[in-house]
Amino acid sequence: MESRQHISYDEIVNIVEPETKVLDLGCGDGELLHRLIHEKKVHGRGVEIEEEMILRCISKGISVFQGNLDEGLKDYGTKSYDYVILNQTLQVIRSPVLVLEEMLRVGKKAIVSFPNFGYFVTRLQLLWTGRMPVNPQLPNEWYNTPNIHLCTRRDFTLLCKQLGINILDEIALRNDRPLRGLPKNLFATEVCYVLERGTERNRGPQV
Amino acid sequence: MGADERGYGIVKPQDYEFGEAGRGVRLDNGQEFGPITVRYETYGTLNDARSNAILVVHAFSGDAHVTGIHHPSDKHEGWWSGMVGPGKAFDTDKYFIICSNVLGGCQGSTGPGSIDPETRKPYGLTFPVITIHDMVEVQRKLLEQLGISSLLCVTGGSMGGMQALDWAVSYPDFVRSAIVLASTARLSAQGIAFNAVGRNAIMSDPAWNEGNYYDGSPPGRGLATARMIGHITYLSDESMRVKFGRRLRKREAYGYDFADLFEIESYLNYQGDKFVERFDANSYIYLSKAMDYFDLGDRYGGLKEALARTKAKFLLVSFTSDWLFPTYQSKEIVYGLMKSDKDVSFTEISCPYGHDSFLLETERQGEIVSSFLDTVNGK
Repeated sequence: MESRQHISYDEIVNIVEPETKVLDLGCGDGELLHRLIHEKKVHGRGVEIEEEMILRCISKGISVFQGNLDEGLKDYGTKSYDYVILNQTLQVIRSPVLVLEEMLRVGKKAIVSFPNFGYFVTRLQLLWTGRMPVNPQLPNEWYNTPNIHLCTRRDFTLLCKQLGINILDEIALRNDRPLRGLPKNLFATEVCYVLERGTERNRGPQV
Repeated sequence: MGADERGYGIVKPQDYEFGEAGRGVRLDNGQEFGPITVRYETYGTLNDARSNAILVVHAFSGDAHVTGIHHPSDKHEGWWSGMVGPGKAFDTDKYFIICSNVLGGCQGSTGPGSIDPETRKPYGLTFPVITIHDMVEVQRKLLEQLGISSLLCVTGGSMGGMQALDWAVSYPDFVRSAIVLASTARLSAQGIAFNAVGRNAIMSDPAWNEGNYYDGSPPGRGLATARMIGHITYLSDESMRVKFGRRLRKREAYGYDFADLFEIESYLNYQGDKFVERFDANSYIYLSKAMDYFDLGDRYGGLKEALARTKAKFLLVSFTSDWLFPTYQSKEIVYGLMKSDKDVSFTEISCPYGHDSFLLETERQGEIVSSFLDTVNGK
């Protein structure tokens, strides 16, 4: 997991404009924020739930808040950040819709990355073995996975449409490298979106 | 962090006296008050750049004796020896640590038990009602005297945290970082309620005599009862259950008489009696009142406005089992700081010891504090 996350850090560091304000939800050991602060001179802040990770952030001099994302972001001001990042965390939170809505209230833009459950290897594992897929993207067994809200790339884009969220950019990776020339639904192992609140809420069925 | 068993060794308490009658510090009540004696201790060495000074501010019943011992025969080190000393989180090999007894206290600094030079009698209730900010003003005079014009950090828990907050907001150019433990920006109604009961216990003791008891016996029963109530609020349901349960003292079965003593009763009696030996009842009244008055945002038109003034980098720590200064109160400060884009980190440490956790839990807290100080110190 560790090494893969570092690759997608590159993508996120590339996306973020210099000298902006960044809130990283589920910031882990603070490595992404550390890079953004040093390479992009951002004003960065993290939210993390695990004590051990808090200590690692503090050792890096990063401002970090110990909190639970499922409680929402009610104490953060509207449009108080340029970017709110949710990196490899969407699938572990209890209320993804609430958190997405909150990210786009607090941030002008949101950056969301997650493993694509529609990846063909994952599909074939379920089809052929009749068991829950376990692979480098989804390393845990069904009984000990923190992932409670896995989705496919197509599921996510559909949700964005329903919630009136515009997708400004999408980066699809296959085993840590940009995916080119192949259908993303099938061949991306991981996807990363830059999102913005749509001007008109074109909601589909209530989610 | 490896456990460093070296103690600080012997430290000598010192006194700084300043001001004269009607001159000293201007108190929040408008009065110019003096003369003032400040009892303080220092540990470690101030560097040439005078940039490694850390002010430790003590809590309600604390004193200037943070770590080390006064005499070779002393069995116990100062009140925060787990956190302050050579190789500890507040490392006396690196930092110059200062701690003074607060104004209004009774452990060396001027308080209601001190002699009023005009009447040559103890102040008693003629001592002015003081605030947390008044305590900070007196500490600033001390630092001025010590030639310190910038603090690497100001830190304290509980009432000490209130002073640390007041420091960072009142003197933004003085304070480079603040570590606020188990504290609040304003005492809750629950906190005020417990303080009121404590004061009531003292004032209902006939020996209190409107605060004039210094030539006779002090209101020991009242003060001990106040301390017992205080002690309950510093513990937690879990820590009491684990430490005492329903065990009886010196008996296996109930005797159905009033000689039956539960362990928790015996503990509270002991804590109450021990407290009477070292604490002045009038100081209890004045210091608890100062805590009641504390509202950081009060003089600046709101908490957010007050916190917007500070230039310090902050670390706030709360404890899961602390119901006297619960986590939401620390979070309120953190959110206030975030709104003005201040550097602030917050963690809630899992710990069963209630409000006392900030004194007892030194492992987790120690790691976090030393990492934080390293980054402030530019490492």
